[in-house]
Amino acid sequence: MSSAPRTATERTKLPYCHESFHNLQELRHSASLANKVFIQRDYTDGTICKFQTKFPSELDSRIERTLFEDTVKMLNNYYAEAEKIGGQSYIEGCLACLTVYLVFLCIETRYEKVLKKISRYIQEQNEKVYAPRGLLITDPIERGMRVIEISVYEDRGSSGSSSGSSTTSSSGR
Amino acid sequence: MQYKGFLFCARSKEIKYSCSCQWCIYNQIKQSACTFAAMSAVMITRKVTRKWEKLPGKNTFCCDGRVMMARQKGVFYLTLFLIIGTCSLFFAFECPYLAVHLSPAIPVFAVLLFVFVMAMLLRTSFSDPGVLPRALPEEANFIEMEIEAANGNVLAGQRPPPRIKNVQINNQIVKLKYCYTCKIFRPPRASHCSICDNCVDRFDHHCPWVGNCVGKRNYRYFYLFTLSLSLLTIYIFAFDIVHVVLRSVDSGFHVVSLTPHCTVLEVLVCFFTLWSVVGLTGFHTYLISLNQTTNEDIKGSWSGKNRVQNPYSHKNIIENCCEVLCGPTYPSVLDRRGVMLEDSTSPNPSDASTHKSSNPVSQTTVRQHFL
Repeated sequence: MSSAPRTATERTKLPYCHESFHNLQELRHSASLANKVFIQRDYTDGTICKFQTKFPSELDSRIERTLFEDTVKMLNNYYAEAEKIGGQSYIEGCLACLTVYLVFLCIETRYEKVLKKISRYIQEQNEKVYAPRGLLITDPIERGMRVIEISVYEDRGSSGSSSGSSTTSSSGR
Repeated sequence: MQYKGFLFCARSKEIKYSCSCQWCIYNQIKQSACTFAAMSAVMITRKVTRKWEKLPGKNTFCCDGRVMMARQKGVFYLTLFLIIGTCSLFFAFECPYLAVHLSPAIPVFAVLLFVFVMAMLLRTSFSDPGVLPRALPEEANFIEMEIEAANGNVLAGQRPPPRIKNVQINNQIVKLKYCYTCKIFRPPRASHCSICDNCVDRFDHHCPWVGNCVGKRNYRYFYLFTLSLSLLTIYIFAFDIVHVVLRSVDSGFHVVSLTPHCTVLEVLVCFFTLWSVVGLTGFHTYLISLNQTTNEDIKGSWSGKNRVQNPYSHKNIIENCCEVLCGPTYPSVLDRRGVMLEDSTSPNPSDASTHKSSNPVSQTTVRQHFL
């Protein structure tokens, strides 16, 4: 097997499974961590889990504003779906109460199902959008659902790469 | 063969300090290979370190991280003893008589109620109340930098301003305080429990009777526990009275001599429990209808002075009750049973320095959210 591709354009041409393995592994092993950006919670609608869509200035040169906002809005939608108080949550609550909460040994709660969807979404976003730009999103559940942690990586002087490091060199760090 | 630093060379049949004949070299290699295999086997079967073992805070964990309680459990054992003891006496002495003379449904219902009470008690005591994990160093530094940027230059000798963030929730300004222990700005309604040394989301109070904090994740179980315990206490109290009355009717009116000691004991326990537990249930019903926590009620956060109103209340009793009792079951963010991996196993040793052990890679196939 040939060596892993170094440039972002080469990476995007990989088949899905290899891309997922090589992009993230490569990011972790060949790039050094430059910075971490934390997206805080947005409490304007109460205590529901919602993150601020304000674009942090540290990511200005790394990713397009719309892509970032789309990711955060999608995550907010997922959390709103998980915490929705409606018919399904009442049925779940009543059924659980009647079975003395033993039903949760057999079935998954709606929140857990949505959390799995969220982690798959974050994985997919990391592979397709963020890793090619040298960024990595950590699932908020790993941080107590307080922040979305975005790790910013620096490419270690990989010469001959085209679009990947050109954005890094123009960041002026 | 090796005896305490000496080498027995099977070829020359001599004991030496060292021997470089092929036979001894082969044996040494074989011995070290066996030792390595034995050590690897030991390492593989060695107990993995789970995250609960490294969690800060003053909690005790049981069943390999499945159970989470406060450190002081004495009063919890008293609660268990009182409930199980009183119910055992009831089932042993009153139920046979009542089942025969009145209806067999009486003990059946008592058993169901008892099982429900115990389940709710254990669920409240053993589950994570909604503990917020402490900030990792990078997050703590990021917050510190934000605070310093917001405060500007503080003159030497002057005390820096208090660390408070103002947020607007439903057109109400709410102050978020900074927790110096956990190094985070506490989310609204969260509070730091000094007994457990954790920030708990939607902190209600620390209950010594259940041996745990009562917070977002276990408040409804706590409420159902107090409600069902009130019903159980009233039930046992009522049927104790009925039992005494029936016995005295059956065999003359010598009430005092007929009443066995256990009935007196049960009546006493139920009487004192009634006042406290029924009162507590009523108080929490009032809090739920207003969507308030005990902590907010004690502090008078939404008492109405300065026109400050509860921004979390839906202004509708039914909606408030539904949100608290029938809301979603929140997951535990602690991941107590996650396995902590040392980064020395990573193939690239130069990366071990960047991914410090303060940021361990978690490798869990199923995150335990149940308790």
